[in-house]
Amino acid sequence: MAETKYSWPARGKASIIGKRSVRLDGAAKASGAAKYTYDVNLPKQLIVKSLDCPHAHCRIKSIDKSAAEKVPGVVHIHVFPHAEPGKEIEWKGELLIAVAAETEAAANEGVQALKVDYEKLDVFVQDDDLKAAEAAGRTGSGGTRVETVREPGDDDDEDQFVEQELQRLFNEAAVVVEGQYGIDAITHCCLEPHGSTVSFKDGKLLVYLSTQNVSGSDDGFANAMGIAAGDVEVQCQYIGGGFGSKFAPEYWGLAAAEISKQTGRPVKFMLDRDQELMLGGNRPSGYITVKLGADREGVVQVWDSHQWGTGGNRGGGVSNRVIPYVFAPKNYRAAATTIATNTAPARAWRAPNHPQACAITQVAYDDLAAKLGMDSRQVFKNNLANIGKPEMAGLYRDEIDVAAKLIQWDANWHPHGKGEARGSIVEGLGLAIHEWGGVANTSSCQLRIHPDGSVESFCGTQDLGTGTRTVCAMVLAETFGLNVEDVTVNIGSSKYPNSGASGGSTTVGAVSESHRRAAQDALVQIFDKVAAKLESSPEALEAVQGRIRDKNDPQKSVSWKEACVLLGMRPLEVTSDYQRGTRSPLSSEGVGGVQMAHVAVDRETGIVKMKKFVAVQDMGLIINRQTAESQIYGAAIMGIAYALFEQRLMDPASGAFINDELSDYQLARLGDTGEIVVELYEPDDQRDRGVIGLGEPPVISPGAAISNAVCNALGVRVPVLPMTPKRVLEAIQKASGRA
Amino acid sequence: MKNFAYAAPRSETELLELLSAEPGHTEILAGGTDLVGLMKKMVVTPKRVVTLMEIPSLKQIQRFEDGSLAIGAAVTLDELLASSDLTDYQAVTDAVLGINSMQLQCQGTVGGELCRRPRCWFFREGHGLLSPLAEQGDNRYHAILGNSGPAKFVSSSRLAPGLIALGASLRVLGPTAGDVAIVPLDSFFQTPRHPSQRETILKPDQVVTHVILPPAAGSYSATYEVRHGSGPEMPLVAAAANLAIHGGVVQEARIVLGQVAPVPWPAPEAARLLRGNAVTVELAEQAGRAALAAARPLSQNAYKVSLAETAVKRSILRAAGLETGGF
Repeated sequence: MAETKYSWPARGKASIIGKRSVRLDGAAKASGAAKYTYDVNLPKQLIVKSLDCPHAHCRIKSIDKSAAEKVPGVVHIHVFPHAEPGKEIEWKGELLIAVAAETEAAANEGVQALKVDYEKLDVFVQDDDLKAAEAAGRTGSGGTRVETVREPGDDDDEDQFVEQELQRLFNEAAVVVEGQYGIDAITHCCLEPHGSTVSFKDGKLLVYLSTQNVSGSDDGFANAMGIAAGDVEVQCQYIGGGFGSKFAPEYWGLAAAEISKQTGRPVKFMLDRDQELMLGGNRPSGYITVKLGADREGVVQVWDSHQWGTGGNRGGGVSNRVIPYVFAPKNYRAAATTIATNTAPARAWRAPNHPQACAITQVAYDDLAAKLGMDSRQVFKNNLANIGKPEMAGLYRDEIDVAAKLIQWDANWHPHGKGEARGSIVEGLGLAIHEWGGVANTSSCQLRIHPDGSVESFCGTQDLGTGTRTVCAMVLAETFGLNVEDVTVNIGSSKYPNSGASGGSTTVGAVSESHRRAAQDALVQIFDKVAAKLESSPEALEAVQGRIRDKNDPQKSVSWKEACVLLGMRPLEVTSDYQRGTRSPLSSEGVGGVQMAHVAVDRETGIVKMKKFVAVQDMGLIINRQTAESQIYGAAIMGIAYALFEQRLMDPASGAFINDELSDYQLARLGDTGEIVVELYEPDDQRDRGVIGLGEPPVISPGAAISNAVCNALGVRVPVLPMTPKRVLEAIQKASGRA
Repeated sequence: MKNFAYAAPRSETELLELLSAEPGHTEILAGGTDLVGLMKKMVVTPKRVVTLMEIPSLKQIQRFEDGSLAIGAAVTLDELLASSDLTDYQAVTDAVLGINSMQLQCQGTVGGELCRRPRCWFFREGHGLLSPLAEQGDNRYHAILGNSGPAKFVSSSRLAPGLIALGASLRVLGPTAGDVAIVPLDSFFQTPRHPSQRETILKPDQVVTHVILPPAAGSYSATYEVRHGSGPEMPLVAAAANLAIHGGVVQEARIVLGQVAPVPWPAPEAARLLRGNAVTVELAEQAGRAALAAARPLSQNAYKVSLAETAVKRSILRAAGLETGGF
């Protein structure tokens, strides 16, 4: 059999790909019929509640479970191995002891009855204060990246050479800008907290897990339980948010499995809201001092920065591999210091490192524009001469022009701080640009085409709410010439063929690859049979509008059902897969993207309101226009949230995460987002690249774009995100004091 | 949450019996938008919870012959907003509209809103009302006035500034059916100095049954809250103004600030400046400064001083029907 030639239909030929489709599971979700992990309740299940550590840094001295064991309804008490007496706990909220009980109330009462003695240890949480971190001995090196056009001589001391060379370049620069910027840590804030409902029975484990990693989680449970991976099934049909924080079974998931094994009962163990905010994942903070030198056109010739921040108790922070961001001046030095704080370890957050890198470096490019009295858009364009991927400069230029038109940049822009005020309200415009990979992940799809014409697919991927199910159906339906309702998509079980975790914007590429391949492979076999019946050649056939027909003589055709009858008595089963990194005509990687913000700021209250937000995004070939747009709307809202509202507040005295409830942890509401305009950028040369992931890139630029717009409005930089009224007022006051 | 006994009395008399049975271990439930969260976090762990929502007399809004208005403690904010009796009390309307959540408006009650526990994350983490953590730690939302004692939290009622500016009183009942007191609202709140004290004068066996508003004839009122976003989060600061204006000149004025002190904070200095003058932007600004002259911010909340000055200014301008110049 000839090897299938995989391809996408041309733009004019596609009947489903690139069009709009509502989510296939939208009605189920809206009506509540869709069951999330949190909704799963098994007969005779136990409920687990857990004691979390009340101190930010301590040692466990002793544990007394006796009173808790006597609480009516308490069935089992599990001390986590990391909480045994003698162990050190490094952040408040870490789970120490799990209590499984007949009811939630009994579990809570059991938790209250636990007695733990702690030895309190020193606490440090001030991740924005480098000097304090140094004094507390909490810093480490995050490395230094250096690039200079001139090379040091053989006899030169390299550090000294770099120092002198940067100094020389600063002396030569037409303009030098210095600034200090930052972005606070935020949490993932998944509306459905982390957790699972598990049942261990007859040596087999069934796990309902809120996860981004259906195919890759069975091993972790199997290893911990000492059973074969094949004896574990992980199920996740729906998930209420992950954003990069839900890839692992988690120690609380493994504890649930262990408790189920010990008690012979199903066990439900979901984190509470405050536990979710404290433990479920956070994005590292990043603070930076920048000095840059540029020519008269605003092209940065030299960059020198030192950044710091925290990714939790082990240090970490924002990687300096993406500093400065997108832009790559020919001469730069980017040093990083990590700070270990008494906070839970960071987890990947939608486009790890990029939103922070964009927010703390592209603001400096905007400050450069302000200093030169130039239009920021022009400065950004001029600096496209020096970017990490020079082949993308044209794309960015185009996208900047498209975005500028949509936000009416020429009509609305004014030099920084020079706009007209209405009462105490001033307006401003800002922009930022971003980049991302979006490679297709490994994915396998099994197709079963029945003689009655029905089509089923099986794939161990997961739908994070972004429309993966719908994409699978659209790809299959397009390939077979059917409607999306004609195919049944099965995902969300580790018993289905393996598909990669949903991280790195890799899922749409993954499932498009595997489903298109499987469908095209199946079609080859069906065409062989139909060609014989129609006396055509298989190459001359096409599947369109529910029929298989001869392209040269469309009268020669059979319906899809008639074609499937030719399969005989048994269904046709085809499994096709795609390995990440394989060159393919169906997918690619590497996107850009440009965003612009129009804001209004009340100078007396420091309140920033979004007027309009424009996102122009390329993503190769678009499968579902509707869910692609939804991704970008969601990203814009998430971006507005971290630009203006969201911050994890750590109390410096107690080390507590003091806004760990959603009543205090402020997010953007729909009333805060203003008008959001999404423009999908898909000219032919982009479409020809195939599918590229879209989940992460549009959430990168909002911080810098909105900060730049606020600076354009006020003529004053509010240096650290989120730009709360407190920070806006303090920045205005500082600037007026200086003036 | 800890298990508790739940009681739903049908009359005020029945209510008083239930309150006095377990003094100190009973919580009064109205809409539950505040209490339930505190119970879930086990900050309060009552043995008994008594709801007001089944008592007909507490669910009514009544207009008396003298023009004054009695609003039952169990009237929801949404019902209050829909009442035609509220038209003369713009400061109250502004405050209810500011609670920008249909759920909170429909579930929350007038009595519950006035009695909601303070805004202080240390209190809500279980450290009590007077924790020294508030002074040492992150106090960005804490008090800038009236904070010289151990209490650093802010009174969190959003209706109270407007109601006090409008001269409201409370009908307080208990411990027996014969014990009925009419308490001016500004005397209802207190700054606790000792852990045994709460933030109001209400005793464990007492209940607020009604808010009584005097006739509003001839005065103009407004509440101005500075809210960070459009959600139901608490405002950063708030101010209410009630102005009696004749011939373009302020005859009488009451200004009350919210979210700045452990109690709603009257600003007689600001009111004094207004009396006998026509309201202008400059005068309103002066009043704002006067209202905050005694402010003593904590380590992280100095920004609230200028914010509160702005809120006072804008509440006066809004009450006088002038443009505030901001959002």
